[in-house]
Amino acid sequence: MDPENIILISFGYFEKGLLDIIAKDVIREFSLPVITKEGYLDLSEFYDPPRKQYNGTRLLKEIESGFSSDSVKTIGLFNVDLYIPILTYIFGQAYLNGRAGIVSIFRFSNEKYGIKTDDKILVDRFRKEVIHELGHTFGLVHCYDPTCVMRSSTYVEDIDQKSPNLCIKCKMLLRIPGVDTK
Amino acid sequence: MARKISILIVDDEDSVRDSLYNWFIEDGYRVECAEDAKRALSILESDDFDIVLADIKMPGMDGLEMLKRIKSLRKNSIVIMMTAFATVDTAVQALKDGAFDYVTKPFDPDDLSHLVRNATKQISLTEENEILKEKIVSLENVEDLIGKSETMQKVLREIESVAQSNASVIITGESGTGKELVARAIHANSSRKFFPLVSVHCGALTESLLESELFGHEKGAFTGAVYNRKGRFEMADSGTIFLDEIATIPPKMQVELLRVLETKSFVRVGGNKEISSDFRVICATNRDLKSMVEKGTFREDLFYRLNVVNINVPPLRERIEDIPLLVEYFIKKYCISMNRPLITIDSAALKRLEEFSFPGNIRELENMIERAIVVGNGKKISLKDLPLGKEMVNTTIESLDDLEKNHIIYILTKYNWNISAAAKALKVDRVTLYNKIKKYDLTPAK
Repeated sequence: MDPENIILISFGYFEKGLLDIIAKDVIREFSLPVITKEGYLDLSEFYDPPRKQYNGTRLLKEIESGFSSDSVKTIGLFNVDLYIPILTYIFGQAYLNGRAGIVSIFRFSNEKYGIKTDDKILVDRFRKEVIHELGHTFGLVHCYDPTCVMRSSTYVEDIDQKSPNLCIKCKMLLRIPGVDTK
Repeated sequence: MARKISILIVDDEDSVRDSLYNWFIEDGYRVECAEDAKRALSILESDDFDIVLADIKMPGMDGLEMLKRIKSLRKNSIVIMMTAFATVDTAVQALKDGAFDYVTKPFDPDDLSHLVRNATKQISLTEENEILKEKIVSLENVEDLIGKSETMQKVLREIESVAQSNASVIITGESGTGKELVARAIHANSSRKFFPLVSVHCGALTESLLESELFGHEKGAFTGAVYNRKGRFEMADSGTIFLDEIATIPPKMQVELLRVLETKSFVRVGGNKEISSDFRVICATNRDLKSMVEKGTFREDLFYRLNVVNINVPPLRERIEDIPLLVEYFIKKYCISMNRPLITIDSAALKRLEEFSFPGNIRELENMIERAIVVGNGKKISLKDLPLGKEMVNTTIESLDDLEKNHIIYILTKYNWNISAAAKALKVDRVTLYNKIKKYDLTPAK
């Protein structure tokens, strides 16, 4: 079933206007209506005290089961530090060709790396990873094009190197009717 | 059609298998899971996997025993052992028994990616290159550098010849001539085009920031460094690093840079682990590095290490015949970005641009065109849309007549060919002005 729209649900505090910026980018890349919402979850259920992080695998399952449906693609937006059991951290995760994904803004701020605050870079990284995880929900795997937003990023510097856009090859692989591939 | 790299994950924990499965699926690998060694060996009897990622501690047959069995079945198989309980003994034993690598859970995502990348490189480098060539579609190429002049054609030939080698390049030229574009074109035409081109604007950073930018830092290296940070040399692995304004690098950094260029290895700020990176260097400067070497402000050994090939990008005033092409390019660029219908430029305005000295070179021309599109409201850029507040130096004027003619054009344009106003500004009467217009055969720009 083709999705009818995309939902971005924020959990926790985000600056006013941030979700609108991201929604615009998402509309541009996926040509689907975007709904932004605020959601509520008791995040303490997902917290791992020894790691001082939040379980991304379980959060993703929760978003998928509790906040998504077959006719939408849902991305949960967080501002806490995420992990999956095998890795020290993740920026986000999604079900490949699935209904849901999650992204956290936590590791995108320059202050975490001892560098001067840069709100523009923060927003830039966040929007790129939202589009990236959405790309996975539409069935896109990591792309080898260094500038494509679907390029795998394991450090924030990798995110900075890529553009917020899908390359032509990835756009053609998207299963959305009417996507302009020119 | 290139085949997918396949990975078999062997671990008794559901959460580990699920996490790794989702992680590798996103990379486009074919992934299967087995909950223990017995199941894994059964799968391997009927199916080939490029990489086996296996836990050491499992109920029943442990990972080390399974490794021996796999190696006896397929000597060249790549097996990576993982464990949450790292000991030197098990690590050594695993590697002795033929493991490709040994890692401790949880992994840094970058380490996991590196590990699997190194493993796939070993499997088939040629096949991987073919996959990359198929998948990458749009890259910058030499055609994005505009110019039909002989000076630009020479630059293009130099780019095409140097791109195929790994030689270090210094690009010289005045500010705004397009040195970064030349660097991009070299990279895009090289065998490294499938890997990043990483830029560093050395002039924009203080010495300590530049050090962290180039080498990265480990968490805790200084106050506020909560996480590790990759440096630009590391990010440029297999690709190209572009060092802009190389002349501004402080003396201490020049020493460190030389060492990195010679050894292709470095340590992150605050770290102690040597990191290797295979990168090509391209530098740019608008300064005379040779005279800086003579004055002692730039290291001679570093200069010769960098200056294997020198490409000089000419200033815009030395390639006037390229101005119409550049103007056309910028008009198209900004009309499209501003969602405006395409416009043109009238001949008088274009002529004035060709006569201007452009101390800011292409960047200045681009700014003028962008501004003209913003402030103009017609279908053509005319003289009044160009920033005539700044004195436009005519580099071809030699006679007094030329000087007079150009000034009259300037005043007439400024007053929209209002003869009375123009005559008043020139402090002549209307008849004199009409005579001058007739003498120089001037007409209003259409």
